[in-house]
Amino acid sequence: MSFWQIPSLPDTSRKAFGKVLINEFRLAKRVPYALGLGLGLPILLLVIFGSIPSLHQNQKDFGGISYFALAVPILLGLSVAAISFLSLPNSLVTYREQGILRRLSTTPVPPSWLLAAQLIVNLGIAVLGLLLIIVVGMAAFGLAAPKNIPGFLLAILLTITSIFAVGLWIAAVAKNNNASRTEGGLLFYMMIFFGGMWVPREIMPPVLLNISNWTPLGASVASVQNSMQGVFPSGQALLCLAIYTLIFSFLAIRYFRWE
Amino acid sequence: MSPINNQKARDDKDEAIVVSHLCKTYGPVKAVDDVSFTVKAGEIFGILGPNGAGKTTAVECMTGLRQPDSGTISLMKLDPSKDREALHAIVGVQLQSGGLQDKLKVGEILDLYQSFYQSPANGRELAIGLGLEDKLNAYYKTLSGGQKQRLSVALALVGQPKIAVLDEMTTGLDPQARRDCWELIQKIRDQGTTIILVTHFMEEAERLCDRVALIDNGRIIALDSPHGLAEEVAGGKRIIFTPSKPFKDEVLTKLPEVKTLEHRGRHVEVVGSGELVNVIVLTLSKLGIEAEDIQIETANLEDAFVKLTGHHIHQEEGVKPQ
Repeated sequence: MSFWQIPSLPDTSRKAFGKVLINEFRLAKRVPYALGLGLGLPILLLVIFGSIPSLHQNQKDFGGISYFALAVPILLGLSVAAISFLSLPNSLVTYREQGILRRLSTTPVPPSWLLAAQLIVNLGIAVLGLLLIIVVGMAAFGLAAPKNIPGFLLAILLTITSIFAVGLWIAAVAKNNNASRTEGGLLFYMMIFFGGMWVPREIMPPVLLNISNWTPLGASVASVQNSMQGVFPSGQALLCLAIYTLIFSFLAIRYFRWE
Repeated sequence: MSPINNQKARDDKDEAIVVSHLCKTYGPVKAVDDVSFTVKAGEIFGILGPNGAGKTTAVECMTGLRQPDSGTISLMKLDPSKDREALHAIVGVQLQSGGLQDKLKVGEILDLYQSFYQSPANGRELAIGLGLEDKLNAYYKTLSGGQKQRLSVALALVGQPKIAVLDEMTTGLDPQARRDCWELIQKIRDQGTTIILVTHFMEEAERLCDRVALIDNGRIIALDSPHGLAEEVAGGKRIIFTPSKPFKDEVLTKLPEVKTLEHRGRHVEVVGSGELVNVIVLTLSKLGIEAEDIQIETANLEDAFVKLTGHHIHQEEGVKPQ
């Protein structure tokens, strides 16, 4: 599709993409939707959970770890999910709905660049959120550092790619902003439910746990939790995240509505 | 019906835009129906017609935003459906439906669009020329409709395009802003830019365009200079006067400038073209007759359009099978 082609003007192009990107960062600061949901909300929950002493006691029900330690992978998933299901589709669908992509498609710069810039900005905020949760958790609330670093990094990488792919797919196919808000919101709550936000996976009934294992957030929480406790993530969880990444990024690119 | 088309075969080098037999259908509706025209380099070419006539669809096909069903289009020898990137580097487009991010500032937007082109104009200067000097630090969201429109014109011109396509450029502008826009367009044309001006605003077309295509129901129903259209289609000038003495009709009707002559009580009404008033006054005074209370009505583009579309409807009724 010609929208994805890059014009053959290297110097101008690099400068133009830089400008597009700078403006999207400015917008992220001026309309702090992603910052509030992806950073503010999980950090607030982290501080609340971390400040309640009883949540730091190790529990037999939770496999011998504390509720706080159990909550950290869920908050990591919450941060990524909030950005990719709520913030990312909101920006992209708005850009389509308000004719911003359309105007761009009358210039030498392809509208796909604006999408790429949005993706970079939201990824940046997601990575920042993950770092903040880990750093604040460790510095202020005695969170133990992840014990299996390669497993942790792999789990985080696949968490971001799989959840972003699903978010992009929402942005790609949503008819309008209202639809994307409904669809994104619904998926967000379903996902964080299966991630263990309300009923931790450790005490989920077997049926729910089986479903959870094959949802992006369930697989993410399982593999991040494992690697934090020193166990390399299971092949099933990593495979699950990889499948979501591949299928949904393909669908998002294939079925993106430009108008 | 065949369009009134005064075009002659021209030297290829002069042709900035060639559209031939363009068709675009949406379901049962023929939005653009066999449209052909040629625009010379440096010309301001108007596309004039009522809402829903197919102007915007034609423009979208010309700028590569829509794929025509049939027909060919060439802008500076480029095919909009195949050479998109090359085309957009030299063709500036102002659309009715193009938006911008609410929370970007006008100056930031201008800098952004300026960075897209290899040898751009100064975007901020363009905007200042369009009366946006107080708005460079304002968010796009806070602009009025007319200010957004002017920014849109500035963005279409910031790449120093060889061809500028402006769709309803002055809709929603106050008279002063409209005049600023017109001045800018004339300035840009004087620098050699070819301009396609889509409008339903007759005064704008009369004032700016070298030639105008009147479009109705997806077809070109007339194509000529605004003056030529008014004269030929709408009957040119109409002069009403009271002669000091009666005279024979043929004194005036034999003049080449005079088309018709009618008596309305004491008044005489003459329709014609060219230097009609001078010729009548001069001819009568040679016979010792004075033309008193002279009223002159000049037909304009609007008259031409009403006449053409009226004629069009009439013909459709006549064509009914039973």
